[in-house]
Amino acid sequence: MSLTALLVDGLTVRFGSFRALDELSLAIDYGEVRAIIGPNGAGKTTLLDVISGITRPKQGRVLFDGAIDLTGLSEAAIARAGLRRKFQKPSVFEGLSVRQHIAIGADVGFRTRLDAPALEDRVGEVLEIVGLVDQSHRLAGELSHGQKQWLEIGMVLASDPKVLMLDEPVAGLTDEETERTAALVRALKRPDRAIVVVEHDMDFVERIADRVTVLHEGRTLFEGSMDKVRADAAVVEVYLGR
Amino acid sequence: MNRFGLFSLTAPIVHLIGLIVLVALAMAGLAGTEFALSRYLANAIGQLAAFAVLAISLDLIWGYLGILSLGHGLFFALGGYLIAMYLLKHSFEITGTVPDFLQFMGWKEFPFYWDGFEFFPYALAAAVVITTLISGLFGYVSFRSRVGGVYFAIITQALVYVAMLLMFRNDTGFGGNNGMTGFTVLFGWPMGTSGMITALAVVSLLVLAGVLAGCNGLVKSRFGALMLATRDDETRLRTMGYETLRLKLIVWCLSALIAMLAGMLYVPQVGIINPRVLSPELSLEIAVWVAIGGRGHLVGAVIGALLVNAVKFWLSFAAPEIWPFILSGLIVLVVLVFPNGLMDLAKFKLMRPMGPKRLAADMGEARP
Repeated sequence: MSLTALLVDGLTVRFGSFRALDELSLAIDYGEVRAIIGPNGAGKTTLLDVISGITRPKQGRVLFDGAIDLTGLSEAAIARAGLRRKFQKPSVFEGLSVRQHIAIGADVGFRTRLDAPALEDRVGEVLEIVGLVDQSHRLAGELSHGQKQWLEIGMVLASDPKVLMLDEPVAGLTDEETERTAALVRALKRPDRAIVVVEHDMDFVERIADRVTVLHEGRTLFEGSMDKVRADAAVVEVYLGR
Repeated sequence: MNRFGLFSLTAPIVHLIGLIVLVALAMAGLAGTEFALSRYLANAIGQLAAFAVLAISLDLIWGYLGILSLGHGLFFALGGYLIAMYLLKHSFEITGTVPDFLQFMGWKEFPFYWDGFEFFPYALAAAVVITTLISGLFGYVSFRSRVGGVYFAIITQALVYVAMLLMFRNDTGFGGNNGMTGFTVLFGWPMGTSGMITALAVVSLLVLAGVLAGCNGLVKSRFGALMLATRDDETRLRTMGYETLRLKLIVWCLSALIAMLAGMLYVPQVGIINPRVLSPELSLEIAVWVAIGGRGHLVGAVIGALLVNAVKFWLSFAAPEIWPFILSGLIVLVVLVFPNGLMDLAKFKLMRPMGPKRLAADMGEARP
């Protein structure tokens, strides 16, 4: 295993004449929680889209684990390689129960590979972590917004991913829910896992992130700790001091 | 008990399957006695059963996978034409009846591609292989390019229309605009007797019960949960490691095969097949049956098919000219008031938003 989980190398994505990503390069290590911040349109979600295979870049590549180029792989193959992503808008399956979501996340394939008790254990464990044990038989469509956010984290967590991408995990949550989510994200940190969080809530970012990357117009504007980010004049100019 | 839901003896689907089997057994048991159903009624029940199978085939991909096909008449017609080829070849062998369309064309013998169709297993195998190939190829190309929603529905409609134009040609050796009729023998038995009519109806009911049970098993399984997940958010499922292309292709081909089976049951009972089965109207009507019964519910699809067709059978005597108005009225009701068909009535969901908002929400659901 290499030390670098994700190496983004000269990535360019264009939508018409708009450059969503402009020769962006950055490295994310195993064991860290990396926050990616930036004003709207800075390319944060586009970056996650490229890493998870939804958007194909015009140029550049994304190396996973030092060896695998993700830019040619399908979404499913990328997910099976160990990269999972929570979407900005909570994406859950309205017609399935909470338990079914976790089971689908825990055990990839049209038939179960884990035996029944092992799958039960894993589902129970994940439900415990995201605090949805009491909701396990409810349909996802009936959950509150905050519960949907946690359910989606549970779905992506269930597979034990090596790279966990969270796109705005606390958008629309109450202060208390944000607090719980921050504790959850810190608890998910492991030496063999990289966690990438895209978020606008600066207090939340400060609580969870080891390092922060500030994007602006598809490029890295600044990289460092949250304290340094707050102190940087250029960052304050384009983002914090709006 | 399985992990994805209980199989309960009180579930409506179990009652429905039981009822269908009961009707089939009663019809078989009473055949030849004074209590036997009239030939007309027995035939109507058999045809309704075939339509119900057809409705299930569409519900499987539309209700459970979110893919609307407006061309399922194609697969229904495939089954119908291929069983008709068997019936004609077989009847010719036994009675020497030369099919009308060969006489019209002035042809002395069957074209070479009719070889082997007098042998039922060959005809059945040909139907399965051809249906799988056509649906598989069409599905692969469409799903591979991620064509879905309204676009997919329109392409399927075009496909069935093209097939209709092709089958209207008289020089293809498939009966042309007159279609195929004059089936006199089935498995060595004369057709049109009350025994044969009852037997076909009983077989259709039993196939319906079997298809219902099989599809229920499928949608309640882990695979069924993945079908619903694909319907609700396909991108989400892909980014969890699932190749939804394979899943969609499997269910699409399965659905086509069930529609083909319905056609094979239907044609011997009506005694004719012609290109009108490929008209866009029939394919649209299948979607109406499912919508009225309640898509995403197997019971709903069956009830929708039975109800709409029973009314149609009855009106075709009583007042054939008002049928299109009734059908259109039902469609308007389903779109504006009961988006989930009769299943809404069952749940008393009458207080949901109506009108343009409802419509907009439903159109949104149909997008890829």
